[in-house]
Amino acid sequence: MSDKKQVPAIDGWFTMDTDKPQLIGSQCSACGTYYFPKQSRYCKNPSCDSESFEEVPLSRTGKVWSYTNACYKPPEPFVAADPFEPYTVAAVQLEKEQMIVLGQVVEGVTPDDLTVGDEMELVLDQLFEDEDDIKMTWKWKPIQQGRGE
Amino acid sequence: MSQEIAILGVGMHPWGKWGHNFVEYGVKAARDALKDSGVSWKDIQYVSGAATMRCGYPGYVAGATFAQALGWQGAEVNTSYAACASGSQALAAARSKILSGACDVALVVGADTTPKGFLAPAKGYRPDDPDWVRFYLGITNPTYFALYARRRMDVYGDTLDDFAAVKVKNAQHGSNNPNARYKKLFSKEDVAASAMVADPLRLMDVCATSDGGAAIIVSSVEYAKKIGKADAPRVAAISTVTPTFANAVVEMPDIATDSAAAADVNEQSFRSLLPVKAYEEAGISPSDIDLAEVYDLSTALELDWIEDLQLCPRGEAAQLVRNGDTTVGGRLPVNPSGGLACFGEAVPAQALAQICELTWQLRGTAQGRQVEGAKVGITANQGLFGHGSSVIVKR
Repeated sequence: MSDKKQVPAIDGWFTMDTDKPQLIGSQCSACGTYYFPKQSRYCKNPSCDSESFEEVPLSRTGKVWSYTNACYKPPEPFVAADPFEPYTVAAVQLEKEQMIVLGQVVEGVTPDDLTVGDEMELVLDQLFEDEDDIKMTWKWKPIQQGRGE
Repeated sequence: MSQEIAILGVGMHPWGKWGHNFVEYGVKAARDALKDSGVSWKDIQYVSGAATMRCGYPGYVAGATFAQALGWQGAEVNTSYAACASGSQALAAARSKILSGACDVALVVGADTTPKGFLAPAKGYRPDDPDWVRFYLGITNPTYFALYARRRMDVYGDTLDDFAAVKVKNAQHGSNNPNARYKKLFSKEDVAASAMVADPLRLMDVCATSDGGAAIIVSSVEYAKKIGKADAPRVAAISTVTPTFANAVVEMPDIATDSAAAADVNEQSFRSLLPVKAYEEAGISPSDIDLAEVYDLSTALELDWIEDLQLCPRGEAAQLVRNGDTTVGGRLPVNPSGGLACFGEAVPAQALAQICELTWQLRGTAQGRQVEGAKVGITANQGLFGHGSSVIVKR
């Protein structure tokens, strides 16, 4: 990586803790429903009319719900590497929050390396680099990388 | 009191990438439907259009646009937008008008012209727009379809061969449908040789976008009897329910699902909720179904739909395909029209095209792809933002 500054690709969606980053969600103060991205105006639980929320960091580990990859370059606003390299995507189930969060998977992991139910953890990685900064995002990383070796 | 309405006529403009104005397709479909019904355009009392968002202002007011193109004759108009379920909502509006006694006979019509290539979101830095966010992070439409497909493989043991079998079957059905865009036969080897889009889905597993138009003439049962069409197929149920919180499946364009952490909340699958209301409304059980037209945005998704419609237990749809049950001539044909695999998606026309196919099937006039003795058919589709529908047609 270059010596450019690392900045979040989206402000306020995750902590910039390089060691143990966390997604920043919110939780309804009345019914306990979690939200990612953050929700702070109205609760979407039909049994709840609360308008009070607390910002909360979400669990940084979960289990694979499913996974795939992107073999074609997505359209803008995605900023692709040149030449385009396929990347893996995972949907990860967070137990406490009872929700599924999508994200790219770290480089070097292909769909062949994953199975539904695998343990994953959240890490920070480069989404793309522009003229001024390195834009960072969350990515999922298998906890037992290299299993079977 | 009967909640049924009669389908007097149906018509379609063939699907393709014709590049013409969408109004042309709608007018062609409407004129064919009128001719098929024997009802004169001037006798139509209500025009219910399915809106298109990609063809400017005339698309937003599709009902009026088609009414003007067919020649203003003083009918009342309506336009409905509900993504992939737009046609069903337009039909539901016509049904309400008919069942309330406010009109006897109505035209329901939808058509679309689709642009070439990816539908990219508007430019700029817009993190409040989930559709912008997911593209920014590299999550495209096939990502979602592939996540569902891969989950079937890991949880139920479905194989790439099963998904390819769906394509081969739908291609075979569509090869005999004059309105289908793709009429070529394919083998499993052809599917396996096509480019990988999003593992495990290849190019031939995912559907294209198309131009097309579909129209239906519906009336009260009394009106149908009066004009000598007492035995016309009937719309027995229309379900256009929203999801129920918390939706358990991650869906376009969201980056995360609802949380089901609150005490009184359970996870619910939207797709499986859609037909529940349709079955209830029609007083019909899944075992009564003779054929289904489902929204096969991908080959694997067709298998999900078969289970969502309760046509087999969860996880067993691939076995139906392996048995040949879902092929015309089998026990429970699915997508006898050829489905989206052979049509490609023309959003505002697609839900109506599904009903056109059921109508031809129930009349016994679906040449080359006829489901023998078909009496009850069901449709299913799902689109963005909690839109979806399931319609039951019976004879």
